[in-house]
Amino acid sequence: MIQQGFFIYFASMCVIASALIVTRKNVMHAVLLMLLLFFHVAGLYLFLNAEFLAAIQIIIYAGAIMVLFLFVVMLLNLREGPNKRVYIRDWPMGLIVAAGIMLVFVVSTFYLRLGEGGAWSIDKIKTMTHTSAIGYVLFTQYMLPFEIASVILLVAIIGAIVLARKKLKD
Amino acid sequence: MNIGSAIELKGLLWDIGVIIFKIAIVLAAVMGHVAYATYFERKVIARMQMRLGPMIVGPYGILQPIADGIKSFFKEDIIPANADKPIFFMAPVFGLMAALTTLAVIPFYDGFIISNINIGLLFIFAMSSLGVYGIILAGWASNSKYSFLGSLRCSAQVISYEVSLGLSLVGVMLMAGSLNLTDIVHAQQRYPGGLYIIPQFIGFFTFVVSAIAETNRTPFDLPEAETELVAGFFTEYSGMRFALFFMAEYTGMIVMSSVAVLCYLGGWTLPPFILKLLPFLAAVPGIVWFVLKLYACIFFYYWIRATLPRYRYDQLMSIGWKVLIPLSLVNVVITALMKLWFTNSHV
Repeated sequence: MIQQGFFIYFASMCVIASALIVTRKNVMHAVLLMLLLFFHVAGLYLFLNAEFLAAIQIIIYAGAIMVLFLFVVMLLNLREGPNKRVYIRDWPMGLIVAAGIMLVFVVSTFYLRLGEGGAWSIDKIKTMTHTSAIGYVLFTQYMLPFEIASVILLVAIIGAIVLARKKLKD
Repeated sequence: MNIGSAIELKGLLWDIGVIIFKIAIVLAAVMGHVAYATYFERKVIARMQMRLGPMIVGPYGILQPIADGIKSFFKEDIIPANADKPIFFMAPVFGLMAALTTLAVIPFYDGFIISNINIGLLFIFAMSSLGVYGIILAGWASNSKYSFLGSLRCSAQVISYEVSLGLSLVGVMLMAGSLNLTDIVHAQQRYPGGLYIIPQFIGFFTFVVSAIAETNRTPFDLPEAETELVAGFFTEYSGMRFALFFMAEYTGMIVMSSVAVLCYLGGWTLPPFILKLLPFLAAVPGIVWFVLKLYACIFFYYWIRATLPRYRYDQLMSIGWKVLIPLSLVNVVITALMKLWFTNSHV
């Protein structure tokens, strides 16, 4: 009962915060609401016994990515925000697409069926702790995809440095 | 409602009561320490500079923190024109909240912990990375150039040093095989040396330097460099809101020192060779050792502050990225190889 109460709180706060983010005029307030959203998403991860993901969500998204967002907002000096009533002209189109996707999600929940349980049951993850379970799977079963992802990230980092250096020479 | 659920409810209320009681104890103890850490700091630095420090309020100035508290409480609360009021009000509270939340996962002695979670260390990283928001938002919302420059410097600094802070503790995580702080202390007890500072000396060095930078203390206090930026990000704050920033900074110091004590200095335990030499020390309760080690770490902060001049900003960045991060990466690789060779343990 208490768990359900908390779930309802986290889920509804996610929805409310996202709705507020896209309707704020003040960009700074929108960024802060997004921070609130990330906290509640981290809370939802905890319901799935994914404590490692919850911590990473806060460290990476709230601690690093949102700080970069704040940097950009501060450097663009968007204190008041553009004086337009709406940011995007074709927002009805966006609304239709979003509503359509939402409809697909809602309809698909009615046809949801539980799949067969894999090797990693909740009890097994709990005894092993989520962090070591993720580490074990990443470095045994999914070694190749993990390495490919890290090489792609490395390429992106080198690319960023190369682009920044070219700008300096001009 | 049947009897079973009534008993369940009673147990739940009891648990909640115990947790609230623990939170009250920890908060009271830490806030008392924060207040007297300022007194301790002024006295220590004064002695190092051949002065006396506070001497007027009470014997040896012992009531100075209380006088400071009363003064900042009754001061006028000035809000700059054009400040973003909700964010201006929220920023110091956010900073202090991030610092105080961390206390929930710190075991002060065996079994005394508010919330014994498996990802204790990650939780501390998460909260210490949130502390930067208090500073950025304060700088932005006060609508002042000095505050803004201070907060920009601070965010770049904290993001950079967070990386080396996290990497330096990876060595400890590898050796203990856990992120739970209680388990880390128990693993140190089982370890022959008794302290992880001996095998992890590179990690301890990078941890200490990054922890000083992460809490914005001298010689890395660029965000509040008085000579250039008036007072940095809290230039426009006065009265109690200014005191909140102060409390957040000192709580951050206590938290970082506790992490150093728990991860490198054996927490509330003593190394086995000392206990073999002086067996009567085992009778002393663990909290005493924890607190003594904590005070030693905090004294180290003050010692550094009284000794070293402030770095230049580009020096700060090059120390972080070109020295500390490579060093801590080397430490991770060496620790992992050692663990593989010496234990041959498989999951």
